[in-house]
Amino acid sequence: MNNILDVRDLQVGYGGIQAVKGIDLCIAPGELVALIGSNGAGKTTTLKTLAGLLVPGSGQICFDGQNLHKVAAHQRVSMGIALVPEGRGVFARLSVAENLLMGAYSRCDQDEIAADLARMYVLFPRLIERKDQLAGTLSGGEQQMLAMARALMSRPRLLMLDEPSMGLAPLMVKKIFETIREVAAQGMSILLVEQNARLALQVAGRGYVMESGAVTLSGAACDLLGSDAVQRAYLGA
Amino acid sequence: MKQLLSPGGGTQPTKFTLCLMFAAVLLLPFATDALLGRGWVRIMDFAMLYIMLALGLNIVVGYAGLLDLGYIAFFAVGAYCYALTGSPHLALAFPLLFPDGLHLSFWLVVPLAALLAGGFGVLLGAPTLRLRGDYLAIVTLGFGEIIRIFMNNLNAPINLTNGPQGISRIDPISMAGVSLNATQEIFGIVLPSVHLYFYLFLGFAALVVFVSQRLEKSRIGRAWMAIREDEIAASSMGINTRNLKLLAFAMGAMFGGVSGTLFAGFQGFVSPESFSLMESIMVLCMVVLGGMGNIYGVILGGLLLALLPEVLRHSVVPLQQALFGKTLIDPESLRMLLFGTALIVVMLYRPAGIWPSRVRRRELETDEAAEIV
Repeated sequence: MNNILDVRDLQVGYGGIQAVKGIDLCIAPGELVALIGSNGAGKTTTLKTLAGLLVPGSGQICFDGQNLHKVAAHQRVSMGIALVPEGRGVFARLSVAENLLMGAYSRCDQDEIAADLARMYVLFPRLIERKDQLAGTLSGGEQQMLAMARALMSRPRLLMLDEPSMGLAPLMVKKIFETIREVAAQGMSILLVEQNARLALQVAGRGYVMESGAVTLSGAACDLLGSDAVQRAYLGA
Repeated sequence: MKQLLSPGGGTQPTKFTLCLMFAAVLLLPFATDALLGRGWVRIMDFAMLYIMLALGLNIVVGYAGLLDLGYIAFFAVGAYCYALTGSPHLALAFPLLFPDGLHLSFWLVVPLAALLAGGFGVLLGAPTLRLRGDYLAIVTLGFGEIIRIFMNNLNAPINLTNGPQGISRIDPISMAGVSLNATQEIFGIVLPSVHLYFYLFLGFAALVVFVSQRLEKSRIGRAWMAIREDEIAASSMGINTRNLKLLAFAMGAMFGGVSGTLFAGFQGFVSPESFSLMESIMVLCMVVLGGMGNIYGVILGGLLLALLPEVLRHSVVPLQQALFGKTLIDPESLRMLLFGTALIVVMLYRPAGIWPSRVRRRELETDEAAEIV
């Protein structure tokens, strides 16, 4: 079986500081994989590198069998990699609808885009109520929904979510994770980066645990949830 | 309502009002001439040039959100481009090559200047791709000064720019063999030179407005706005941020370069003095004061700030003479005082500009609504 994403010995640094120290990671088509770890473990750096926003020091990233070494960030989007950035990154002074259309920037099939837009409003009913509102005036949870919907508008084959629960009320977090599960159930491959380890491992099929730039544990999500090391380090039990 | 709030600019005038406005603008030089005198038509000509500059800067600052404090440099590039290729000056620098100087047609120089200025735009954009906000402002400010100082000092070892004395005797612009520097009679209507230049500038300004409008509603325009809002997110939408930022610099610079050639042809003389930092700041003020990102607002800002100093110049001295019998305050010093006050007042009471773009207006409205709730 071919993996949709294959990462081998990825190393990324900022100046002299090595943030990611050679990690291996793979995602099978339709799989939901969680990447968990504490602050500064290198999770966001990994995601940004996969999206092409950072240049790796060494290592190999293969998407759908293709080496991404020389592929720029904007080209990766049309290949099918979508990133929901940390802190959501909605276009604050554009309306909700304009934000969503911006997600389809790399596509030119107008009819299909309109159909996808309608689909997003079904998946996130809150957004249709607010479609003419400026994105900056939405609540944090609504912005997170918008950022996810916007990423889905590019029709990705791999969706990467960076800390979707950050700064949200517990009820909103629950809602967001229900949606993630729903999107995953439709067959989307998802890489989920989270600090909220329990929540992430509850929706994920498999998980990786990162610690100061390296993967220290990996395996089936239920095994990780039950593992003593994870329990002690992240779940406070 | 739909029409009023069509995407892009502010309110959209209907066809009828558009025709009326067009007729009014066509008659403007005659009305100004009759009511205020010929000098004012010349002032209107300059206002047109400023409007073009402001619209060019609006692409960089208003659409792409890149703060450029050296924009006048592109105006200088365009002006010197025509000054060198349309005057006897090159005879001084290269007497063997051009014994009478180079006298290229204005219409040939315009695309050349646009390309050259666009090239300079990329030159400024390329090293500043990773800078934003105040850091970018400082670098662009430096760039503007570098260009001006080059113009000031490039009279040795080869006298390329004639230094601070500037280049004079620039060929007047001519259209279809008709020189715009002399009074012409067309269909029995007597058109003095300033009127002719007014119509020429009006044509160019209309072109700039048209291109701006098309850009704003295009894929490129939307991408610029995304970059302005959040560059990382824009890049994760599949937008090639590097190329689009360079394109914004180049497009803005091209507009500046073209207005520079018009300026050189109109004045017949250019010198580095005309391209000081104050001019860059003035054009930026036109954009911000009028309404960043909204074409109509920027036009209004350009018009107001170009005309206001002239109104003062013509009213302050007579007013003081009438009131006190002598001139107490020099109009030049009063100009900066009033200008500063106007800026503060507008920014306090209309922070998004006099005629804000739809987005900025909506943003402020929602803020107010939120405050009331």
